[in-house]
Amino acid sequence: MADIKVTIDGKQVEVPEGSTVLQAAHKIGIDIPTLCHLDLHDIKMVNKAASCRICVVEVEGRRNLAPACATPVFDGMVVRTNTIRVLNARRIVLELLLSDHPKDCLVCSKSGDCELQDMAERFGLRKVRFDGSQSTYRKDYSKTIIRDMDKCIMCRRCETMCNDVQTVGALSGINRGFNAVVAPAFEVNLEDSVCTHCGQCVAVCPVGALSEENLTWSVVEALADPEKVVVVQTAPAVRAALGEEFGMQPGSLVTGKMVAALRRLGFDYVFDTDFAADLTIMEEGTELLDRIKRFLDGDKTVKLPILTSCCPGWVNFIESQFQDLLDVPSSAKSPQQMFGSIAKSYYAEKLGIPREKMVVVSVMPCLAKKYESSREEFTVDGNPDVDVSISTRELAHLIKKANIDFNNLEDEEFDMPLGESTGAAVIFGATGGVIEAATRTAYELFTGKELDKVDFEQLRGMDGVRVATVKMGDLDLNIGIAHGLGNARALLEEVKSGNPRNLHAIEIMACPGGCVGGGGQPYHHGNMEIIKKRAEAIYREDAGKPIRKSHENPAIKELYETYLGHPMSEKAHALLHTSYTPKDRV
Amino acid sequence: MGKIKSLDELRQLREQYKSKVDIREKGDQIEKMIQVRVAMATCGIASGARDVMNTLVDEVTNRRLDNVVISQTGCMGYCYAEPTIEVTIPGKDPVVFGEVNKERAVEILEKYIINGELLDGIIPVTHKTVDD
Amino acid sequence: MSRYKMHVLVCGGTGCVSSNSLQIVDNLKNHIKENGLENDIQVLKTGCFGFCEKGPIVKILPDNTFYVQVKPEDAEIIVKEHLVKGRKVDKLLYKEPSTEKSIDDSKHMEFYKKQMRVALRNCGFIDPDNIEEYIARDGYQALGKALVEMTPELVIEEMKKSGLRGRGGGGFPTGLKWEFARKNKGDQKYVVCNADEGDPGAFMDRSILEGDPHSIVEAMAICGYAIGADKGLVYIRAEYPLAVKRLEKAIKDAREYGLLGKNILDSGFDFDIEIKYGAGAFVCGEETALIHSMEGERGEPTTKPPFPAESGYWGKPTNVNNVETFANVPVILLKGADWFQTIGTEKSKGTKVFALAGKINNVGLIEVPMGTTLREVIFDIGGGIKDGKRFKAVQTGGPSGGCLTEEDLDTPIDFDNLLAKGSMMGSGGMIVMDEDDCMPSVAKFYLEFTEDESCGKCTPCRIGTKRLSELLDKVTKGQATMEDLEMLKVLSETIRDTALCGLGQTAPNPVLSTIETFWDEYVAHVKENRCPAGQCTDLLKYFILEEKCIGCTACSRVCPVEAISGKVKSVHVIDQDKCIKCGACYDKCKFSAIIKK
Repeated sequence: MADIKVTIDGKQVEVPEGSTVLQAAHKIGIDIPTLCHLDLHDIKMVNKAASCRICVVEVEGRRNLAPACATPVFDGMVVRTNTIRVLNARRIVLELLLSDHPKDCLVCSKSGDCELQDMAERFGLRKVRFDGSQSTYRKDYSKTIIRDMDKCIMCRRCETMCNDVQTVGALSGINRGFNAVVAPAFEVNLEDSVCTHCGQCVAVCPVGALSEENLTWSVVEALADPEKVVVVQTAPAVRAALGEEFGMQPGSLVTGKMVAALRRLGFDYVFDTDFAADLTIMEEGTELLDRIKRFLDGDKTVKLPILTSCCPGWVNFIESQFQDLLDVPSSAKSPQQMFGSIAKSYYAEKLGIPREKMVVVSVMPCLAKKYESSREEFTVDGNPDVDVSISTRELAHLIKKANIDFNNLEDEEFDMPLGESTGAAVIFGATGGVIEAATRTAYELFTGKELDKVDFEQLRGMDGVRVATVKMGDLDLNIGIAHGLGNARALLEEVKSGNPRNLHAIEIMACPGGCVGGGGQPYHHGNMEIIKKRAEAIYREDAGKPIRKSHENPAIKELYETYLGHPMSEKAHALLHTSYTPKDRV
Repeated sequence: MGKIKSLDELRQLREQYKSKVDIREKGDQIEKMIQVRVAMATCGIASGARDVMNTLVDEVTNRRLDNVVISQTGCMGYCYAEPTIEVTIPGKDPVVFGEVNKERAVEILEKYIINGELLDGIIPVTHKTVDD
Repeated sequence: MSRYKMHVLVCGGTGCVSSNSLQIVDNLKNHIKENGLENDIQVLKTGCFGFCEKGPIVKILPDNTFYVQVKPEDAEIIVKEHLVKGRKVDKLLYKEPSTEKSIDDSKHMEFYKKQMRVALRNCGFIDPDNIEEYIARDGYQALGKALVEMTPELVIEEMKKSGLRGRGGGGFPTGLKWEFARKNKGDQKYVVCNADEGDPGAFMDRSILEGDPHSIVEAMAICGYAIGADKGLVYIRAEYPLAVKRLEKAIKDAREYGLLGKNILDSGFDFDIEIKYGAGAFVCGEETALIHSMEGERGEPTTKPPFPAESGYWGKPTNVNNVETFANVPVILLKGADWFQTIGTEKSKGTKVFALAGKINNVGLIEVPMGTTLREVIFDIGGGIKDGKRFKAVQTGGPSGGCLTEEDLDTPIDFDNLLAKGSMMGSGGMIVMDEDDCMPSVAKFYLEFTEDESCGKCTPCRIGTKRLSELLDKVTKGQATMEDLEMLKVLSETIRDTALCGLGQTAPNPVLSTIETFWDEYVAHVKENRCPAGQCTDLLKYFILEEKCIGCTACSRVCPVEAISGKVKSVHVIDQDKCIKCGACYDKCKFSAIIKK
């Protein structure tokens, strides 16, 4: 496309046709402030609301000011971004926003991470000249997300994320004028809506309007209880992001420091969800092979493709939006729940304590895990397999609260046996990882041969929907991968329409990028590079692991030999598998 | 009604429907019209004003006199000369004809209204109309 | 064949229908039948006559007798006296307020004398439910002419030449808009009629749809031919049930006559129309918001470009015009751009329909050539100010417009003159204010409207209009400071400069157009806690004049808070601390001894 010449603040710049003023300015180092704008082009999300009006600029020949984020350039365009007219308009717009915003910044969940607060700081605003009424709404507490819409600035990022990227459709603008706000249809509680609790709305909210249900105090209380044995498990994606909360570069791996910190916090056993990820591969991989073998034998009742079931946001999605496909996902529980189940059976028995005496805490990059751990089917006599699920962000707060100098901790190792894991388990944290781990095991079990190379590069990457074929002996195993629920929807529609690409197995992750981009991770503030760096760290961890195939995990082997028997055994079924029920929601 | 197949057909239809609104169109242009008022009070009707009125309406329609409006009015006070009609040509004083019957009506139409020729039977005007 | 000698037209617009005009139609028919005149006299229900102040209206043709405020029971006397005996019913005739004289026919009414009906040409003239009457009035001839004798380019050329500008408020040249839509490529294009009339007090679009729905159907088809669209959509508010009903009937009849559908008049051109219902949000008058609403999305505007002509309904090239704009189209094609050119001013051609309201004698719907002065509209057609009060200002352009004053009365009304005076044409609402109207309160009224009607998308409109109306509220309560007045100006200018759509950008106009002209009135509220117009109740004080009070005690007895004290036959006094300014004493006093100031 032809380049367009634009002059911004006296500087000339050439940009492709269709560029915005914001992009053109960025190219020559002019940093126009933005608030509602969010460009996550890697996952095809651009929030085009142009609603906050912070980024207004003067365009020669135009009557009024133009929003830089949504105004396309034209040849010969002359733009000024810092005239008194512009600065005055921006200041008033910001004052207006602040005049309808609670002033409880000190105790706000977004304190220190708030883009509105940053903006006020950037403007050096010392006074808001408007007073008057404030819009106020009923607070909505779900098990995962708290909606405090008094703080909403109507940037609409959450809505774009929920509707356009995730295609969940739980959130939309309601009411008019001063009372306009983003809410579920009919203003029902989020929990009664089609919300999947993926938490991506929280991940993009610039202010404290959307935040997670904070359970750190429950953890503190459990740790302080001398009667309880407190066990912690950490999901693979946490170690690749936790460092960011302590000022480290994105992509820093902090596995050892994280383990050390958890031990300092007082957990009795510091275990790894990765152990359960290996277990998941054993169960899910076996189920996959079983279905494929029966299919190849001509069994018409076999459902293919098989869908992964590790992601609770995704499970919520299919339960409410694809109720006719509920027999397609693997029945294997997610690693978090497998861990809880094994910890409170196998391991509690080992310790010789009743399950009620044990508290299982999980640290997850995810908010949907909070919802998952509260599901009734994951309890025994009212006692949950996983008692408390906290996010990466919450863990960081917990560490800070306990006066732990995280950055200077010496690396430590997970406790055994539930801390033993392979490289296959760690890559669960990135999109494509689960299916790659499953492929490593399925290949060797199916062909009886050892893999020359365990890396399946064709399954990695950031494309929303990826399809690859892996040769397993005579069988061409067709694999589909989707991350982000919008992409999942596309792939599911394809399956519903007759599975034209003859896919055998599909991995679906609700969050863009997989768990590294989860709703419970440190805020990325629109920088997708951060998510990519976390994924790189995950693959780095895998490459450095001595064992990289789940079925070779010695602790897993021992678990089967001494307790479960074999994958898909009756006991394994009881402890490690689940079923799905349709959920009718608005 | 079937579908109209061409512009010509639409134009024919317009001509056919014209009469539905012509009284209104004439009323809209009343200042340019030759107005014929038939006195239709009890005495007039008893003396045959309705016949006169019908004749005039038919004739005006049949002759496609687009500039003539026939309307009714109340008793004009010439009860001795009923049926009476008043004709007003734009720019001229109203003229009242007495003892009008069907034939006279046609005569008045042809001579005075169309050609502007005066004829017998005019009653001297003794009253003023509202327009004055 | 029966030949009717008289037509009796009864207004079937929403206003008159709600005053029982359909019952008048029935009663007239019955009485006519009783008198054996059913073959001589036709009774018809038509669209609005515009003279809504005095509805229901009954008009008799060809003599143009104009009966006002007719009640169903008046049908009998109309038939017996007028239709049978030819005697006009004096008590039902309109009386000119200046002379108190009965007016014999509509030709002699000041209300109609200066009007020129182009868009309203068939309103109050034909039966809107009868396609034959529309055809008799040259209906669909323009469409036929376009399809058979003109290329689409020629149609657009004619529209451009006519100088017709959008009547919805913006005033954008219609021909140019069509040309953009034609030039943008698309496998599917749409013609949209914006019937989401939302200005308070404006009802011209409703009246056209109720009185002459076929003109819109015809114009949309012409537009479709010109831009290359085969699909039309009318976005109409569900609060207009009568307009919807008549439009539905018109579309159905047009289909039956082959004037909509496939291969219209054997020209190879296909066109059909669908009705989309809105919930009556003011912002949906904005094109992009309207399109989103039609798509089932929240009715919110989006940044332009892209314009609907490039990417509109479902992303396809879409041309949006409002009802009144469309109503002009068939006449222009039939009578020619040259004829249309002769009406109006240099840059605003044709006529404009206005809804007159407020403190004016003749409330109603009027149509005048562009260039008519405000004085002619208000004092000649409108019959001047009610109760002999003094004219203070006129608000044009609805909530987006501004106030014009005494010194603007001789301004010829057109798009550019109104803009230059700080107001705008808008859709044609015209609200007249007299000396009793307080201008900060007027501004507050409009700001409260836009505040409610804001979609809430952009910050300046969502929060800014709220703050403006809060500041104005402080002014009218005597709680504002001079800094607040300065902030009113600064905030207004910023909202105009930064809001996303036309609604927001023009929302501060009622403030901006009054705060300069009526600065002293604003200052009086702030500095003296006084409302010069005596409208702000919070600032009013009631006093008893010593010299007039005879001590009858009526006031003290009616006072609900016992704020008035005094002995019988001696002067009474109002305790200002107790007074709640309800005005009961003021109304009760027979001796004009109580004043408010």
